[in-house]
Amino acid sequence: MRPLILALCLLAAPAWSVQPDEILEDPALEARARELSRELRCLVCRNESIDDSNAELARDLRLLVRERLTAGDSDREVMAYVVDRYGEFVLLRPTGDGANLALWLAGPAMLVVALAISAVYLRRRGSARSFEGSLSASEQARLNELLDR
Amino acid sequence: MESTKPLIIAAMFVELGHFALILAFAVAMVQATVPLVGAQRGWRAWMAVAEPAATAQFLLILAAFAALTHAFVGSDFSLRLVTLNSHTDKPLLYKFSGVWGNHEGSMLLWVLILSLFGACAAWFGKGLPTALRARALAVQSAIAVAFIGFILFTSNPFLRLELPPLNGQDLNPLLQDPGLALHPPFLYLGYVGLSMTFSLAVAALIEGRVSAAWGRWVRPWALAAWMFLTIGIALGSWWAYYELGWGGFWFWDPVENASFMPWLIATALLHSAIVVEKREALKSWTVLLAILAFGFSLIGTFIVRSGVLTSVHAFASDPTRGVFILAILGVFTGGALALYAARAGTMEATGVFSTVSRESAVVLNNVLLSVACFVVFIGTVWPLVAEMLFDRKLSVGAPYFNAAFTPFMVALAMVLPIGAILPWKRARLGRSIRRLWGIAALALAVGALAWTVQTGRAALGPVGLALGVWLVFGALAELLVRAGRGSPGSRARRLAMLPRADWGKALAHAGLGVALLGIAGLMAWEVEDIRAVRLGESYGVGGYTITLNDVRSVPGPNYRAVQADLSVTRNGRTLARLRPEKRVYPVAGMPTTEAAIDSGSFRDVYVVIGDAQIGGGWAIRTHVKPFANWIWTGAAIMALGGGLSLTDRRHRVAGGARGASSGAVGTT
Repeated sequence: MRPLILALCLLAAPAWSVQPDEILEDPALEARARELSRELRCLVCRNESIDDSNAELARDLRLLVRERLTAGDSDREVMAYVVDRYGEFVLLRPTGDGANLALWLAGPAMLVVALAISAVYLRRRGSARSFEGSLSASEQARLNELLDR
Repeated sequence: MESTKPLIIAAMFVELGHFALILAFAVAMVQATVPLVGAQRGWRAWMAVAEPAATAQFLLILAAFAALTHAFVGSDFSLRLVTLNSHTDKPLLYKFSGVWGNHEGSMLLWVLILSLFGACAAWFGKGLPTALRARALAVQSAIAVAFIGFILFTSNPFLRLELPPLNGQDLNPLLQDPGLALHPPFLYLGYVGLSMTFSLAVAALIEGRVSAAWGRWVRPWALAAWMFLTIGIALGSWWAYYELGWGGFWFWDPVENASFMPWLIATALLHSAIVVEKREALKSWTVLLAILAFGFSLIGTFIVRSGVLTSVHAFASDPTRGVFILAILGVFTGGALALYAARAGTMEATGVFSTVSRESAVVLNNVLLSVACFVVFIGTVWPLVAEMLFDRKLSVGAPYFNAAFTPFMVALAMVLPIGAILPWKRARLGRSIRRLWGIAALALAVGALAWTVQTGRAALGPVGLALGVWLVFGALAELLVRAGRGSPGSRARRLAMLPRADWGKALAHAGLGVALLGIAGLMAWEVEDIRAVRLGESYGVGGYTITLNDVRSVPGPNYRAVQADLSVTRNGRTLARLRPEKRVYPVAGMPTTEAAIDSGSFRDVYVVIGDAQIGGGWAIRTHVKPFANWIWTGAAIMALGGGLSLTDRRHRVAGGARGASSGAVGTT
């Protein structure tokens, strides 16, 4: 038994993402809490959501989200509450306002540009099919001359 | 005196390794200049320097690497790097992998692989024109000069400690794992392998000529790099799945994105190079892709090494390494792009094709892959841009990437089987699609079935399932079309006669389908349960009954662990005994979780043990993860397809393998 106790003492320190004691009674509320946790960043971790993180601070945030949900806040209100306190840094899905619009539109805009360029390219490749277009005016004149002969 | 002898020998090895690296630096400088001048002036003797220099460079770096490995295996704690990353109690495998489990050693592995590719081009590239080969080897060596310089001046692995400690500080326990021991070498073979396509592209730009033959030379290198990159990324993702303790397999972390961006571009390059070879079109675009693919490798190296994306301030506090790599990135990518801008106009396409053709399908493939890569790039650097330009501290995480990136992959998967079946040059869409109607109907039916069965969940699962079926059966259909008509015997014969590249293509496309199915299935249909469980207690998750039999403490070689013993039963039948562990590595002072997984073809049961609970019992986390294995199986099939394609006779010829230079070239 001694080694087990020793190991327990050693292992007690680190927390471990969502703990059984955090889980809310109401499954619907808990599901919403999990959804929201996946959208929130653990502030002291690298690119981890509070849902995945082992950090103490992430646990505090998870409890905060659940507290707000139990108090009857809507999802939007909970997020606004958290952002008010911790800044937009906590949002893993950046908002679409101001400069962030560029982030969200970058992909679609680039797709339109790329499709336009390739459409022009494909048309040019397609129309190069006949050889008439590839001759200069003087070459064409010379060809006509030969053909007329 | 007898006892100090091994120490002296070990010390000598380290110094010899250090010296070999410096010598390699000198050789690389010669190789980067002399053959280039020779090719410009047409001096054969100068060009001929490239080949022995490439071999010498590789052997010297190999010697340096061997010396460092020797120091790690022999636990030579007079080396700073060994002290920081090793320990005498560490298992032998991790003494080896400890060599590249740190910044300095992994950079040495990086240049080792760089010089290996250069040497391979020298050994097997006999079929290449002398001038092109000399130029490509010179460019390759210029990259080596930059990176060996980087190692020697900012990240020297051979630095000593004045007072060697008695033991080391151990390797990060998370890295003490077989999957992660192999992950970096494969990743680097991919990353750095793209240097060869870059060198060939720059060499072609210097010559101002890109021919169909150039496409043929580039393809095997792009294919090999892509294959290794696929394996490397899959290994990393698999490791994250079983090691990090909650079964995530992809996090859109900047470091992951750093390897994913070159993969996307390499995939595009792989396809467009075929068009260059077979149809003499898309030349300048393919050259650009070859430059960008390695450019993204360099960007990835910068992201990972400078720490710039974790925090701008971390970068500012020690900018030497970051600035050095940024300079390398600027010189090589910038230089190549400038050269490209000057020369791209001279690369006239001669191939002609109509709007509906295999060529156009490849163009669409390239558009989707490049734009997808652009999205990943923007998302990765946006926090930096927003902080520098708009003074906003924000995060871009998985929810953004899932929303912004996924549509491109869905579009790609939807058009892939159609594009793959279209003939070159000119196609009739209706005629080609007719063969796929049955499969489209099957895919839709499977998706619809999943939709009705799952009731009220996200569309991701059914869509992924339908796309997976579409891709896998689409690849089969393509093979059947290639088999032609006639008796089963003659069709089988024709199938067996198909070039390996065709089999490779079908495999790779089917592998993508398997992986997509796995990703969508896992993300959509996972069942999770978190609870406190007392000894002897049973609970149900996703149709399985799980019983906690015991929790005990077990010793390991360099850690201590608490191990749970659980049995998984279904309908009264015991399926597995699972033993998840929670380990503590006393030297590194770090805990890790070791999930226990009952792997199945259609689902994994994944169990993690947490802390003892105050009210009694243990925290146990259980997941049922459908199709999890399909993700890595799919990636493995893709890599296998790449490998099969690489063994195709046409590629061996293209790589310039000796004795195969005549005859077969015309068969493409």
